[in-house]
Amino acid sequence: MVRSVIDVLDLSTKELEEIIAVAQDIIAKPDDYADACKRKKLATLFFEPSTRTRLSFEAAMYELGGNVISVSSADSSSAMKGESVADTVKTVSCYADIIAMRHPKEGAALVASKAAGIPVINAGDGGHCHPTQTLADLLTIYREKGRFSDLTVGLCGDLKFGRTVHSLINALTRYNNVRFVLISPEELKVPSYVKRDVLKEKGYSYIQTTNLESYMPELDILYMTRVQRERFFNEEDYLRLKDSYILTPDKLKNAKKDLSILHPLPRVNEIAVAIDDDPRACYFKQVKNGKYMRMSLILKLLKEAGRI
Amino acid sequence: MNIDAIRNGIVIDHIKAGMGMRLYDLLHLDKLDVSVAIIKNVSSRKMGKKDIIKIDADIPVDLDIVAYVDPDATINIIKDGNVEKRTLHLPERLVGAIRCKNPRCITTTEQELEHVFKLTDRQNKVYRCIYCETKAENLK
Repeated sequence: MVRSVIDVLDLSTKELEEIIAVAQDIIAKPDDYADACKRKKLATLFFEPSTRTRLSFEAAMYELGGNVISVSSADSSSAMKGESVADTVKTVSCYADIIAMRHPKEGAALVASKAAGIPVINAGDGGHCHPTQTLADLLTIYREKGRFSDLTVGLCGDLKFGRTVHSLINALTRYNNVRFVLISPEELKVPSYVKRDVLKEKGYSYIQTTNLESYMPELDILYMTRVQRERFFNEEDYLRLKDSYILTPDKLKNAKKDLSILHPLPRVNEIAVAIDDDPRACYFKQVKNGKYMRMSLILKLLKEAGRI
Repeated sequence: MNIDAIRNGIVIDHIKAGMGMRLYDLLHLDKLDVSVAIIKNVSSRKMGKKDIIKIDADIPVDLDIVAYVDPDATINIIKDGNVEKRTLHLPERLVGAIRCKNPRCITTTEQELEHVFKLTDRQNKVYRCIYCETKAENLK
């Protein structure tokens, strides 16, 4: 079966190093990659609203000299007519060399990868996985800190439904001496299976708290998240919890000088705009890094599939 | 049906008390056109109480499902009165045996998709859906 990436853990740490090295090389010498995917087509199949991830994939493919064909809404596609994911991707495989797919159902990307016959990159399957966001996070951490080990990482906001948080925890627990500070309201705590099966199982220390400020001085990384309206069945719960943590310049008073503030974006109001000019704010760099990691991943998968 | 003397058939013994009916359902024994006996809460020296299922026909039984429901159950396959014992092992994968209950899982909309679970924690007998990683119902 052709190699696809559904979960960030599908990539070994060695492969991750390679992807990061290629991404760094693309940043340093973009012209060397300008024709790397010439005459190749990426199909972006987005069955759930998304702007930034789709644009990032499309920009990535264009910068590699490739082309893009796109479905940007479930309403306009055959999914509305009741076509299965498997049939959709089998059809798309006849036109494209690689697929990036977002779908509201968990596991949809795995179903697509089994049927496609060309590489599939999971661009988000419901609340399950979003591996290329984690790749963006990892490149940002690497470029800011130069390492993945010996870090204190604060994760703040919606730690229950936030798939990027779970993926990042999974990815970082493959490195030594990473300490996690899990900051969330009671209702949005990291699920117990993540604590049990990932953190405790692998022997990682973590602190669970509702108080961001008291742990701020210890953090090397602060990963802020948005409380996502679309993950709630109940609007009342969303409204009650959405403003739980708002990062303001005042709250950064006791933070380390070399703290890196990350956010998978989009933000609503959880990071004050005033922080954007703070050198510790890395979330727009993170967006750019996401594009480079997607370029690197597209290259890797097309090479492995023998298409370039 | 004489439940004591099967000449050709299967006896699933030492089923944890209370799990017999669940096993009966998961094996779809209600669909069989042969005699099937479920004996509940039988006294057992080893277990205190146990359930037993006897099937009076030499038909294939999915032992992976039996192992999932109760890996400590014992299997006796009887052919012409001769008893052959089979050992159960927790299967690495359960295919089409149980359904994912996560309403957000792709299996809820892709009608012909087979429900597949993988064993992720042998010690605690934890199975997870291969698509959404939701934990299967714990039968312990």
